[in-house]
This record gives sequence, C-alpha cells and structure tokens, in this order.
Amino acid sequence: MINFLKEFWEFLRERKKYWLFPIIIVLAVFGILIVLSQGSAVAPFIYTIF
Amino acid sequence: MTKILGISAFYHDSAAALIINGEIISAAQEERFSRIKHDSKYPHNAIEFVLKNSNLKLSEIDHIVFFEKPFLKFERLLETYLAFAPKGFKSFSMSMPIWLREKLFQKKFLFDQLKRHDQNFNDIEKINFSEHHYSHAASAFYPSPFKDAVIITLDGVGEWATTTVAIGKDNKIDMLKEIYFPHSIGLLYSAFTYYLGFKVNSGEYKVMGLAPYGEPKYKDTILKKLIDLKDDGSFRLNMKYFNYATGLTMTNKNFSNLFDHKAREPEKELLTQFHMDIAASIQSVTEEIVLKLTKSIAQETKIKNLCMAGGVALNCVANGKILKNNIFENLWLQPASGDAGGSLGAALAFWYHELGEKRSIPSPLDDMKGSYLGPSFKDEHIEKTLVSLGAKFQKYDEEKLINFVVEELKNEKTIGWFQGRMEFGPRALGARSIIADPRSNKMQKELNLKVKFRESFRPFAPSILREDLNDWFDINTDTPYMLLVADVKKNIQIPMNEEDKKLFGIKKLNIKRSSIPAVTHVDYSARIQTVHKETNPKYYKLLKKFKDITGCPILVNTSFNVRGEPIVCSIEDSFRCFMGTNLDILVCENFILFKEEQDKKLLKNYKNQFEKD
Repeated sequence: MINFLKEFWEFLRERKKYWLFPIIIVLAVFGILIVLSQGSAVAPFIYTIF
Repeated sequence: MTKILGISAFYHDSAAALIINGEIISAAQEERFSRIKHDSKYPHNAIEFVLKNSNLKLSEIDHIVFFEKPFLKFERLLETYLAFAPKGFKSFSMSMPIWLREKLFQKKFLFDQLKRHDQNFNDIEKINFSEHHYSHAASAFYPSPFKDAVIITLDGVGEWATTTVAIGKDNKIDMLKEIYFPHSIGLLYSAFTYYLGFKVNSGEYKVMGLAPYGEPKYKDTILKKLIDLKDDGSFRLNMKYFNYATGLTMTNKNFSNLFDHKAREPEKELLTQFHMDIAASIQSVTEEIVLKLTKSIAQETKIKNLCMAGGVALNCVANGKILKNNIFENLWLQPASGDAGGSLGAALAFWYHELGEKRSIPSPLDDMKGSYLGPSFKDEHIEKTLVSLGAKFQKYDEEKLINFVVEELKNEKTIGWFQGRMEFGPRALGARSIIADPRSNKMQKELNLKVKFRESFRPFAPSILREDLNDWFDINTDTPYMLLVADVKKNIQIPMNEEDKKLFGIKKLNIKRSSIPAVTHVDYSARIQTVHKETNPKYYKLLKKFKDITGCPILVNTSFNVRGEPIVCSIEDSFRCFMGTNLDILVCENFILFKEEQDKKLLKNYKNQFEKD
C-alpha cells in the first residue's frame, strides 16, 4: 500500500494535479465504509452520513 | 539476451507478446485460448504460450511491460465525470468500485497474477507501464520496413489520446500532435456501429461491409451537426448527440432525432436501405477525416512513409484511399492494429525507448514474420489428438495434399485450412482459414449462410500470389495483412446493365460482378491479401498450383470460425468447427478429413453455440 501511495503521489506531482488527491481520499474513505458496512455494525453509521 | 514480455488486458482483446533482443518471437490473443471473443481478462493462457514456446520461465523474463498507464486513465475518468457532473452519476457509481478495488492497484494485481506462472518470480519492479497510444505507435513503426516514417494512431480512446501523430526515426518516436477524449474518430464510428444495431468493438467491420450497399445521403448532416472537421484533419465532436462520455450507451435521443430513427434493435429489426445509407455516410466521413489528416501531415513533414495502428487502422477501405490518392509513397499497417497489438508495441517501446537499443534497418517485407506468431502443432500431436477425438483421417505427403486440395477446390468444396503458426491480429492469413474457389457463383452465399452462419451481405476476401496482384486488382503494393481495399481490374469486371443499376441494397448481391464473383464486393472492391513465399511457403504453393491448373492465382480466404466465435487455435477447435458447420474438408498440416467419412454422432449443432456479435 505504501508503495502504491508513493507511486500515486509521484504521478500527481508529475502531472501537477494535486487537486485529485482530496477526491481520491474521499472516494477511498467511502469505499472502505461501504465495504465494511456490508452486514456489519458500521451499517447504521453509513445511514447517518447519508 | 534481453527478454521482454508485453501485455495488453482488461478492456478488450487481451494479449501477450514476447521479444528477445528486439526480435519478435511470439504473440497471441487470449480469446483464441479461452474461446471467448474479445476476451479482456488477464491473458494467462497467452502468457503461458509465449513462455512455453521459448522454453522460458517467467522469472527468466527481464522486463514486463503493460500497454497503458492506469493512473493516467483514472485521471481521465475523474476529470470527465467532473466535467459532466451531475450527469453520469450512474456510470460513475458503477465504475468507481471496480477502479478503487482493482484497476487502480494494477501493478499489484499484475504481480499476483504473474506469480501464478512461476512462484520464483518475485521482483515487482520488473513490471513497467507504457502509454496506450505510444504502444500503438511503437507497434506500427518498429516492425515496419522504414528507417523513418510518420506514425498515425487512431482508435476509440486510451488514457487521454484518441488520435496521435508522431515521427519515427531510427529507434526514436517523437509525438507531434494529439487529439484528446471525448473527441474520437474511433468512438464516432463505434457510435454509428451501436446505432446500426451491431456490437461495439466488434461490429465495426460490418458497418464497413454494409456501406457499399448504401448512398452517403447523411454525410452532410454528420459533418454539419456531429463533427467540426478542420482542413488539417483535426476535429471536435458535438457531445450534445453522444452519450458515451458518462452514459451507458453510445448515442442519445438527440442523435436518434437527428436521423429520425431509433437505434436499430439487434437481431429483431431487419436491415433496411436507411441503415445502409447511414453506414455509407459514416464510412465516407471517416475516409474524409483520414484523408484530410494524412494530406496535411504529409505536406507538413515531407516524409514519404506512413505507418498506422489503432482500431481505425483496420478500416481497410480508408487505408486503400490513402494509397489511391498517393498521399504517401509507402504505407505500412500493423496487422494487430487493435488493442491486442498494444502488447507487442509496449514490449518494443521498452526495448528501443527505455533501453535505448539501436534499430537495424528492417527486412524489405517487415519484421512481423508474416504475423504468424502463434502456436503450431507437430504431426505426432495432431495424429494423437485426432485419434482421441474419434476423427477419421488420412495422411498425405505435401505434394499429394496440395494437388488433392486444388482438385477439391475446383469441385466447389469448402475447406478448413489449418497450417503452421496461428496469426496474430484479427485476420486469418492462410494459417487458420477457410478457403474456396473465388470463381464459383454460389460461394459467397453458401459460405455466409451454411458455413459461417452470418449475415448474407458480408463480403469475402481474396488471397492472391504477390506477383499476380496487378493483373487482377487495381493496386501494386504488398498487402500481406489484408488491410487494403482496391478495385478488381476493369478487364475482369462485368459491367452492370441499366436494370441492374436500378437495384437497391441487398438485391445488388445477386448480380455477378466479375470473373471472381465470390471475392468481388457490390462496388467492385476487394480486401486483398498478398501471399509471399518467404512468409507462408505452403499457402503460396497451394495458390501456385491452383493457378497452374485453373489460370486463377486467387482463393477465397475467410477466417476459420463461425459468427461470434474466436478463430480456431488448436486441433480440437478446428475439428469442433468442422463438425458443426457445412465445411466439406478439413486439412490440418498434412492430415486430411472428409465430412462424409466422419461418424454422424460427432456432428454438432454449432450455429447457436456462440453469442452473436
């Protein structure tokens, strides 16, 4: 994972597209929440967000 | 010895290619092994083949190159969704999970998959990424017979680019110009393919084949409303009419309203004159774009050679027009111009661009070895397999076999011809082909309906001895990969009378148009393959013998498969296809099989075995 983040950061620097970074973070956080929420105790948390 | 493995995968037409010290050793598409047309999965079988073929283990490979850059593609996706938001939320919510789960972590995913070939493979840093259009450009230039050339790549979309112009000189490729997504000639053509009720990424050939039955009545509408085409061939599409950027279809309501017809429902609605006119119109627009682009680049660069790749480079009618208009002196087209060829391009790009290796001047033909880069089978294997399949067969020596096949061709028999290494690219070039007599009046219909189970309007292509090309067709250039269209010579054409000229659409098909009717399309054109003794000596011998006996150096050559099926790869595939169609004879290397001698119980209902394309 660390390697991936390093490579992705290098990519953003090379392309000068730092603004993509927050979008990725939000997408990743929601992605993780959705995966965790499938039949788990985190599910109610998701409903409160939406 | 530097061994480089190129891989293309995950969108359509997965493939693997192996080069050793810059020499192209082998390449194959995954669909041929998995038997799933345009298979886009990780090409496990294709990689296994290229490794085994050279007795290599994966850990012995020095560099592995994937044909495009996933991060760059992801950037394009995000920016497109943002640009069109809130439209496209459905498509966004469908694609993001796949990207966040898999595609973004492609290096790790590839590493895990590669480890399945060889547990000793443990160096993730051997995996590199090329750019989509750079891979196409490399596949078009490096194997070409030119020291320097203009390189044009045209396709749907890679990362951002959809059209690129580059200059190739020795071992260097310099990008000159690019057109970015969503403005794409490939996607424009695919939008019309979808609108005509054919499958996107596979039915484009059908649009091209349908075009000669129609009149380009809607060309002006397309040029006025859908595309802003400049004199230098650059263009912008009017996205008001398209849905592919963020939607789940290619065209939208505005597009249907513009032509006053809904998109045709595949397999339900019949093809009408309207559909033929639409096909003729988009084909004509495509040719105009390609001609404008090539003319302006030729004037700008003063370079005499042109190389092309990318899906649109498979539009052999447009390619033929470049040649006919003498825009460039020489033209070379990559036989695997679609995404499969990206695997080869990625490997070659790494060898010349990253490693900076020198490029020697290629052989006069090219470095593709006739595109015969796939698997082949030895006699012992064939015999054993045929016995295990319960086939009845005989073995002839080569001379007897060729004499016999020529006699049977004369008797209007249809023959499955399985010889040597399988072709790389979408065309069968005499290694996995169905062959027949082009002089036969009934052959076009018979092959379409009884053997290939496909639409009756679709044309067949001729294979011809290179030295006889100019006596039969209006062209005198090598076209070993069936990527150029030219007219049948005037002296063998049969002119249409006034009544014939009045015929419309599919009715045109019933008129005999030349002394080789099975390979003459309704507009007197043909998609030609020249056969060279250097690259396919056995097929060359067969054509030569056919010429000696009949005076005709031409055979019908169509791919050995049925509609929706990948071209056969193995002996098992060819026997299955032989027993499931009305093919009369199957020839596998020197083994010959007759349909009437086979066990009736082995006959198969093959027609609906494959999803229609």
